Amino acid sequence: MTARGTDVLVIGAGAVGAAVAHYCTLQGLSVRVVDRGAPGGGTSSRCEGNILVSDKERGPELDLANYSLALWHGELAEHAESWELERKGGIIVASRETSLVSLRRALTAQREHGIEVQEIDAEALLALEPHVSPGAVGAAFYPDDSQVMPMQVVAHLLALARGRGAEVLPYCEVTGLMREGERIIGARTTRGDLPAGAVVDAAGPWAARFSALAGVHLPIAPRRGYVMVTEPLPPRVFHKVYAAEYIDDVGTSDTSLQSSPVVESTPAGSILIGSSREQVGFSDAISREALQRIAANATALFPFLRDVHVLRHYHGFRPYSPDHLPAIGADARATGLWHATGHEGAGIGMSVGTGKLLAQALAGHRPDLDLDPFDPARFGDAAPAGGPR
Amino acid sequence: MSEIAAVVVIGAGPAGLAAAAEAARGSDRVLLVDAGPRLGGQFWRHGAKDDLPQAPAPRWHHGWDTYLELRTDLERAEAAGRLEHLASTHVAALDVREDGLLALHLALSPTGEQLTTLLAETVVLCPGAYDRQLPVAGWTLPGVMAAGGVQAFVKVQEQVPGRRVLLAGTGPFLLAAAASVLQAGGEVAAICESGDLTGWVPRGASAALVPGKGREGAQYAALLVRHRVPYLRRRVVSRIHGTDRVESVEISRADDRGAQVPGTAQVLEDIDVVGLGWGFVPQAELLLQAGAASRLDVDGSLVGVVDGEQASSVPGLFLAGEITGVTGASGAVAEGRIAGRAAAGRVSGRAAESSRKDASARSRHRLFASAMHRAHPAPAGWADSLDEGTVVCRCEEVTLAEITAARDELGARDPRSLKGVTRAGMGMCQGRICAAAMTCFGTDPLEAARTTAKRPFALPLTLGTLASAEEGTE
Repeated sequence: MTARGTDVLVIGAGAVGAAVAHYCTLQGLSVRVVDRGAPGGGTSSRCEGNILVSDKERGPELDLANYSLALWHGELAEHAESWELERKGGIIVASRETSLVSLRRALTAQREHGIEVQEIDAEALLALEPHVSPGAVGAAFYPDDSQVMPMQVVAHLLALARGRGAEVLPYCEVTGLMREGERIIGARTTRGDLPAGAVVDAAGPWAARFSALAGVHLPIAPRRGYVMVTEPLPPRVFHKVYAAEYIDDVGTSDTSLQSSPVVESTPAGSILIGSSREQVGFSDAISREALQRIAANATALFPFLRDVHVLRHYHGFRPYSPDHLPAIGADARATGLWHATGHEGAGIGMSVGTGKLLAQALAGHRPDLDLDPFDPARFGDAAPAGGPR
Repeated sequence: MSEIAAVVVIGAGPAGLAAAAEAARGSDRVLLVDAGPRLGGQFWRHGAKDDLPQAPAPRWHHGWDTYLELRTDLERAEAAGRLEHLASTHVAALDVREDGLLALHLALSPTGEQLTTLLAETVVLCPGAYDRQLPVAGWTLPGVMAAGGVQAFVKVQEQVPGRRVLLAGTGPFLLAAAASVLQAGGEVAAICESGDLTGWVPRGASAALVPGKGREGAQYAALLVRHRVPYLRRRVVSRIHGTDRVESVEISRADDRGAQVPGTAQVLEDIDVVGLGWGFVPQAELLLQAGAASRLDVDGSLVGVVDGEQASSVPGLFLAGEITGVTGASGAVAEGRIAGRAAAGRVSGRAAESSRKDASARSRHRLFASAMHRAHPAPAGWADSLDEGTVVCRCEEVTLAEITAARDELGARDPRSLKGVTRAGMGMCQGRICAAAMTCFGTDPLEAARTTAKRPFALPLTLGTLASAEEGTE
């Protein structure tokens, strides 16, 4: 069975796929989105909904983060309430003089690249976060760090796209690609053949598997992370608060377990507690060590948390990219194939920027930002030595 | 705990007590872990004085003799150093390790001063069940309880939670709960049974299989007649009224799907307590954590798949009692005995001695339970006439309107998406109360039941407890 063709077929209905769909319909393109499971059922439903600039270093990732931030608070502001957008601000806490020195170095560089950040002393920190550990020696405050409820983002972006004619097919798994010579002209799925002018890989951590179907190498690997959710409480954590070591964890390529505290409240009153990073494939085996370390780190940062109940924990798989940059744009190795994946832990925040830039390129326009640094073909045709499997 | 336990029995209700007693005959390293301070579980829940020597049997209990026998068996095994009972201990999580051992993560109290890991060669999981609830207008008012909660109150407090009680829902348990209220000196305004009980002949073929059930039923019937309690078939609670707490209850006729028939409402005044019960939901979180195979039972419950020895699909993990299908206490005891023997036999390498008596009791009780479940289905039409504004998830205060909007306008058509978009089931009870309601919004009932029963911690744990977790025998 072959369905009517569309201009764009998006593989993956997570935040990135939903944003691609939304912006493609705004460009006047006809769009179909498929997902192996329910929309947002993968990484998007297992994260914290971060829109951060504080953990970015200068470079193309920061440019994309800033571009996305402007969209969230600009042209998408009318939907802010439906996805619980909150400009809560981020605080990076240094507990030792040495980490304060590295934090200062990082924020000086960030400031040069337009990030709004203030260094604050221990007293000012306590004024912003009265319950934080008194052991902190200093901190940096990023007023632009924001948060959304990711499942609402996915649901509403897809609803917007559907309102402009997009079709969303959940529980539809891609089994192969349709070709005309070397050109990719659609996907074969469990719900029939779906022809399209362009096939967009928004498969998140499953992008390597999908790309293999298309015959191209894309070394995006799952990087597992845990989040714990507490009982609902009256507000006692007012920003996204994390330790200076988190930046190092984000930037490392180490595959073993790393853990640093990230603590923040949600509008529902519960507190989300992270974070851990480990490369264990798509394993669902519970790591008691990761949970223990997250709890120990969080209670060190906020001592009152010792008596707070955790109701549940969940884990998700971030789409890790070996050079910490996403893959966005046309794949020169396979005509008709495009990518929008590999954002690791920043995919919710950068979803809208990614979607808008890719839609511009798909519609034949020059994107607002240069996509060259995100070239999906940059990893070459084989796994680099020492890279993730 | 430095050594590896041979058999750990989780739960000290009828199934768990029987499993522990039998396991201790075949093994000298048996541990019985239970959240309660005393043996007995929900079914034989009792106060401290009921355990004193020569204490009279509490009048609201059935099978108290069986409890006393099992308790004596366990005390002997404990005295002989073959068994240890860890009371007030919660199993927060159950993992299957790569070496085949089962790891239990124990919290030593609800707040859990410390989380310890206990390793076991085999586990007999007997976690029991809790009341299945369905939303109805006014069900968040103080005074509205689960029917099982009403009975538990009587068993422990030896008094009624309110003077005049209405029991509603479906199933014979409503009769048991009503009897407890009457025996504790309370008044039962009525019992509303949503079914019409066609095809259910209490003295028919299935009841003949388990004479005890017939006797129990006859005793309830006599008690209800004596107290002139109206037993209303095909009636459902359509609205609970009250300002600060329950004051009156509107009941309506129910159609074939259990939905309210408009225009048939009748108000029962002067009600203090409403006990609602739509059957029981087995506590499946540890089963799912261990990755054991599960299926839907006749009553829509998610239960574990077992073989003739009560073994689950996970090597070393045995299941007994309501977790294999809601059959009641006597069936649970039979299953517990079989499972306890099989677990000890697996450890010793000696094949478990089979007992035809237990196996036959097990099949009779299962047959009886299936007939009972078929006669008392949780009504498919419960939501048909529900007010849009009715709260479905009480913890996160999510209304029916919000859930249907997420489904119809945002395309959230499965329980997991609905939960993610609306937060229904994410609160303090982790979806225990709204699970039955939320599974009705899914297209795949088995997947829906698994989604709503999946809980990575079986109880809330403090971060202090989690931070102090030690790996025990690693």
